[in-house]
Amino acid sequence: MTTDTARNIRVLIAKPGLDGHDRGAKVVARALRDAGMEVIYTGIRQTPQMIAEAALQEDVDVIGLSILSGAHLELFPRVVEELRARGVDDVLLFCGGIIPQDDIPRVEAIGFKGVFGPGTNTNDIIEFVRNNAPQRV
Amino acid sequence: MDAPELIAGVRAGDRRALARSITHVEADTATGRQLLAGLYAHTGRATTIGVTGSAGVGKSTFVAALAREQRRRGRTVGIVAVDPSSPFSNGAILGDRIRMQDLTGDGGVFMRSMASRGNLGGLSEMATGVVDLMDAAGFDVVILETVGAGQDEVEVATATGTTVLVTTPAGGDDIQSMKAGLMEIAQVLVVNKADIAGADTAVMQLRALLAIASERTWEPPILKTTAREDKGLDEVSAAIDRHQAHLKASAHADEERRALAQSQIVALARGLVQRRALAFARAEGILGQLVEEVAERRRDPRAAADALVDAVQRNWSRAD
Repeated sequence: MTTDTARNIRVLIAKPGLDGHDRGAKVVARALRDAGMEVIYTGIRQTPQMIAEAALQEDVDVIGLSILSGAHLELFPRVVEELRARGVDDVLLFCGGIIPQDDIPRVEAIGFKGVFGPGTNTNDIIEFVRNNAPQRV
Repeated sequence: MDAPELIAGVRAGDRRALARSITHVEADTATGRQLLAGLYAHTGRATTIGVTGSAGVGKSTFVAALAREQRRRGRTVGIVAVDPSSPFSNGAILGDRIRMQDLTGDGGVFMRSMASRGNLGGLSEMATGVVDLMDAAGFDVVILETVGAGQDEVEVATATGTTVLVTTPAGGDDIQSMKAGLMEIAQVLVVNKADIAGADTAVMQLRALLAIASERTWEPPILKTTAREDKGLDEVSAAIDRHQAHLKASAHADEERRALAQSQIVALARGLVQRRALAFARAEGILGQLVEEVAERRRDPRAAADALVDAVQRNWSRAD
């Protein structure tokens, strides 16, 4: 008989950079929680190193970054770099906040599979995470 | 990574191997059980500290400050922070890292958030297993933080060498509700948020409660902290060290080790029995049928429970 318990999807929600507006991040964190996921929320003003280190220690399946400062093209590649440096190469990445249309292809090119702007229905994010989160153990 | 690779990685201090191993133990996979079996012989070296207290007393901030104090003392620190899962969705928001920002960049600290997941007896299984992994990974100190809300959480916190109970000056009701088990569970009592009014009164109340406790070999110190400002943690660390020395020197040290081993085995066995019995009763439709009978008042709940256990027992003795 198996006694394996169901593995909940673990998601890290983080805000890189210096803007302090975390309403969106909190709404997403709550929506994912209500969808049965375990959400590690790290708060505002996270450096790329802090985000990558938290992702490693928490062994998350998914990382969601929220940014409104406009520094995404500066900070997102550095988050990806820091993750790679730690051997964290199998997480699903998505982001939200203010990402101009023209930048989306570049954000996707560095590994972000989902980009969710203002007004996104949280159900779309839940569905995206459910469908794309890696199953590892 | 398979179990032997993970075991080697954990013992070599590979943080990614440790993180993935915790995931296995948390999910109670076959690999996770192999990991615990392979690593248990390498545990027992770390000082394990349980920190518990009601929601809002500042446990996360306290744990962060305690970890910083331990780092100042040159010790590496593993932290396991357990937060409750939502009973409705099974999901959880784990926010302890918010209070531990500055520790994230410290290579001598490894912090893991866990959701209680609310499964039967499961919390003790998962949390003590994760503490064992951190112990085997070589951390000098492992801190286990739980909300002292339910029996399960309190039980988990006491499965450590030294249990610290955190209260606040505003925690009068809190102390009332905890006093039944207060003497038994905590070896160090802390009044946190000591910068707000009433800290000395809270200390006095705790002291009065301790005074009526039965005879004991260890006198739990009552200490004031303002964890937000890193105040008072030196004294807390010193008290923990004294208790650890007391444990080792105690004439009952062997006895206590055995008592701890027994309570761990019993807690784990209870969880296993519950889960296996219910899985069987559900799969065979026994539970569903009893539920109908009780809901329609054709059988009382106690008789139904007896019937369920009898069915499980018959099945298990057949399996032998």
